[in-house]
Parts: sequence; structure tokens; C-alpha cells
Amino acid sequence: MLAMNYRGPYRVRTEQRPMPEILHPEDAIVRVTRTCICGSDLHLYHGMVPDTRVGSTFGHEFIGIIEEVGPLVTNVKIGDQVLVPFNIACGKCNFCKQGLYGNCHESNSMATAVGGIFGYSHTAGGYNGGQAEYVRVPYANFGPTVIPADMDPDDAVLLTDVVPTGYQAAEMGGIKEGDTVVVFGAGPIGIMAARCAWFFGAARVIIIDHIEYRLEFAKNYAKCEAYNFKSMADPVVFLKKTTDWYGADVCIDCVGCEAEGNALQTFTGKVTLMQAGAATALQWAINSVKKGGIVSVVGVYGPPFNYVPIGNILNKGITLRANQASVKRLLPKLIDHVQTGRLNPKGLITHRVPLEEISDAYHIFSSKLDECIKTVLIPSAKH
Amino acid sequence: MKNEKTDYKNIPGWGMDIDPGNEPTYPMKNYTGDDHKRSVYERSNQQHADVEILKSNERPALSAVLGNTVPPSGISGMIRRYAFKHSEDRYRHWIPLILADRVNVVEGIIEDLSRGIIPNIFAESGIRAAIRHNPKGLLKKVIITSVVAGVILYALKKKK
Repeated sequence: MLAMNYRGPYRVRTEQRPMPEILHPEDAIVRVTRTCICGSDLHLYHGMVPDTRVGSTFGHEFIGIIEEVGPLVTNVKIGDQVLVPFNIACGKCNFCKQGLYGNCHESNSMATAVGGIFGYSHTAGGYNGGQAEYVRVPYANFGPTVIPADMDPDDAVLLTDVVPTGYQAAEMGGIKEGDTVVVFGAGPIGIMAARCAWFFGAARVIIIDHIEYRLEFAKNYAKCEAYNFKSMADPVVFLKKTTDWYGADVCIDCVGCEAEGNALQTFTGKVTLMQAGAATALQWAINSVKKGGIVSVVGVYGPPFNYVPIGNILNKGITLRANQASVKRLLPKLIDHVQTGRLNPKGLITHRVPLEEISDAYHIFSSKLDECIKTVLIPSAKH
Repeated sequence: MKNEKTDYKNIPGWGMDIDPGNEPTYPMKNYTGDDHKRSVYERSNQQHADVEILKSNERPALSAVLGNTVPPSGISGMIRRYAFKHSEDRYRHWIPLILADRVNVVEGIIEDLSRGIIPNIFAESGIRAAIRHNPKGLLKKVIITSVVAGVILYALKKKK
């Protein structure tokens, strides 16, 4: 089968690889029909995530058709069209039982700080991802969700990560009616978080980035205000000023470890790797939120630590909330939002690329060329 | 960029999910008290480890299912084995893993060559997309790289 093959930072290709096999009685094999490149895949692509081994296949956003099931799989059957949450979750451990499906205790032997994730380095369990024609899906009784018959596959594939992560980012903000919400990062997750903030009753949503075309897209898609931090002397002062010198009620970090905008963070986080990436967005979020406000983090940071103003969290009485999205918990509500037309996930897709052209697709997304917001990879129809 | 005032209450879905009970810890976690039962829960069958799996020393046993891709090998594998002797709390875990990743890139090129594949590094880096969508940027990169390489070569030659 054809699959993506990571060869080192900024180098990927497709090549023929062995078909995945059932390795556990609760496994399924899924024939991939749509898969995406996620912004967090770029952290792998840039060599920022420890234990990313050459030869790995990335891809944690995918949908497909069940081709084979293990002997204990009863909840899905061969031929079902399924969307597969990016987190691998057993549904039975104490964390899963409490809805923390992004923190499953039975899917990752290689690190305790993160559950298993498809195609996201050995730090996240060493599973192959969905940027391939076929993929092994563990815990098939729990994760894969049958796609409603009337749902567009382009909507479905974005329900595996982008929509739930953006929604949970807003949800973790504990937004109250009338709140001002600031979202850092106008990538797909940030745009979705800004869009979802309205669901919780925000009165004002502001998105901050430095890529002009993304800000324009975000403004139209999420109906929010959009500002370029490169046009400001100091984004924190700007945000204080625009909130009556008070600070936002909620700040959401949708950037993670490859932020721009602060020379010291960039030097220590991206040039010298003295910290796990540049935590500029998180620093701005902490410093821009009001006293007693909430900072929600879905931006991805690598281990082991980052330089952030922890003293301000204490002194301002900030609540910091963060997690990998609990996709399975959110799916029923989000499917309803999509089916009723309140959310239009596929509106984020700007590029549809054959899987064979994955090297170009990564380059376009990574370098933000051709006004790229979201790329969907499509494996060859003949398979 | 011009930002206009939004009549936000007309945005589809506005206020639908307002939840006054959404305070810290809820609804991220639907607390059931299961935490205090520790590892007592119905566990799936243990997947057989058919390749070497490096296990975090912060857990007593392997998880029920395993990723079995790209087992550790070569010099990078030796470094990874060393890293996994240390907990996720330690730099001695993470720095060796980053080092192993870089060594692994060289091993990948050697592996390609041993299979008779000459890696097309330019194609793998997406040069076609750069030519199509960012020719000026690519040209700039080529010029800067050439100038820097030229200066280094000149300095080395002068030193000799």
C-alpha cells in the first residue's frame, strides 16, 4: 500500500509499504478515504517532537471504510464508513470512564503524559497514522464512529480533530454570556475555536496572528475581529487597551510551540532548543487575560518545559485549563451542529491533494503558501 | 484590516451551548470517583509485543495495545534505550531522544542507499511546490545559501 514516510525534518515522501495487520482482537483495519495534514503534524515535520523516528507514517485526522476487524470487534463491521478520533482510547480505564478520552491509560506505553495518538511519534505510542491507504485502528469497539449517511466526507474528516479541538478550546475557556474572548493563532484550530466561542455566548471574539490572509479568512469564517500582531508595538498592551484596560475574560492559545513574535522565546525555543519551543502565545495569553480570567490551551508543546510567566498566573488568579480534545465525548453534539448547518467544517478546506503529492502538500502548509488553511489528502480511488 | 462590529446574537448557534455550570474541572472530567480505584478496571487483552517496545519507567507494565512501528535500531536505537532508563521528568530522557532523532536521519539515508534508493532530498522537501508557489522565496534561499557557502569556502581557502 502507499503510505507517507518521514525521512527527517522537512523531508517526507510516499512509498509502498506492507499492509497493516490485526495485532489485537479489538483492532480494525481501515481503508483511508480522506486524511488531513494537521498544524500539529508540522511540529513533527519540523523535527520538534522527541522520538519521531525515520520511517514513521504521520496522520491523526482520517476517515475511511472498515476493511477487516479483529475477533472481538462488535461495534463496527466491514464496510462501515467511519471517522476515527485522533486519540486512541480504550473506553474502559479510569480516565476514559470519566470522559478523558485524550488521556487513556491503556494506549501508550512510551510516555505517561500523553495517551496514544495515531501517527504522532513514539512519544505518543508509536502507531502509524492515516496518511496512507490503510491504517490499523486499535480499540475499534470504542473509537471509530459510523459517519451519518447524509454527512459530507469533508465535514466528517474534520470531526476527527479540528472541530472537537477548537470546540473544546472554547469550552475549556468557561465562556460566559457577554465575555470577550481572545484566540491566539489563526490556523484551522484557532479559527474553529473562534467560531465555537459564539456557541457559549461570547459578545466579542478577537483573533490574533501575523499571517494576513489567514486573518482575513478567520474574520469571514468565524465572524470575529482579526488583528495582525506585527502591526502592533505590543500585543498585550493592545489587548488591554481594547478591553477597557481590563484584559480579556478568556484567552485561548491555539498556537503551541512554534510561535513567532518574541525574539527571546524564538531564540530559546526554536533556535537553541533551551525550552520546548517558543511559548510566545501562552505568554501573551497569560498576560492579556483579566485578573481571575481563564486561559485555555490546545496549542501543542513538546516536553519537558517552557518559559512562561507562572508568577502572573498566581498573582492574577488565573485558571489554566488544557487538554487534548476528548473527541469521542464531543462527537454527538458536534455532529448535530454540523448536520443542522450551524458549523461548516469543510469551509476550512482550501487544498485537496492526492496522497502521492504529500511532499508538496507539507511544504505548502508549512510555508503557508498559496493561501493554504487546511489540506486534505486523498488516497488513490483505485484502492 | 478593517474590523466591523458584529451583531453577534445573529451568528448561527450563538449562545446554544451556554453552560453556567462550566467551571474549572467540569466538563473536561465527568468525575465518578474512579480515580481512587487506581488500576482496578476491566482491561482489554494484552497485545503481544512482537518488536522491542521502549516503555516509560513511570508505569509498571505495557499498555494493553501497542504501537509496533519502527522499533529501535542502530546507534539511534542505543541512544533511545539509554533515554528510556530515565523518567519523563529528566532531561536525560528527552535530550538523548532528540539526539537519536538526528542520528536517525543519517541512518535513514544510509538505509535508503543500502536498498539502492538515492533519496531525492529536494523532492522530499517539496521543491516543486516552492517553484510553483514561491519562486522568489526559493531564489532568495538559493542566493543566501550560495553566498554563505561561498564566504565559508573563501575563508577556509584563505586560512590554508
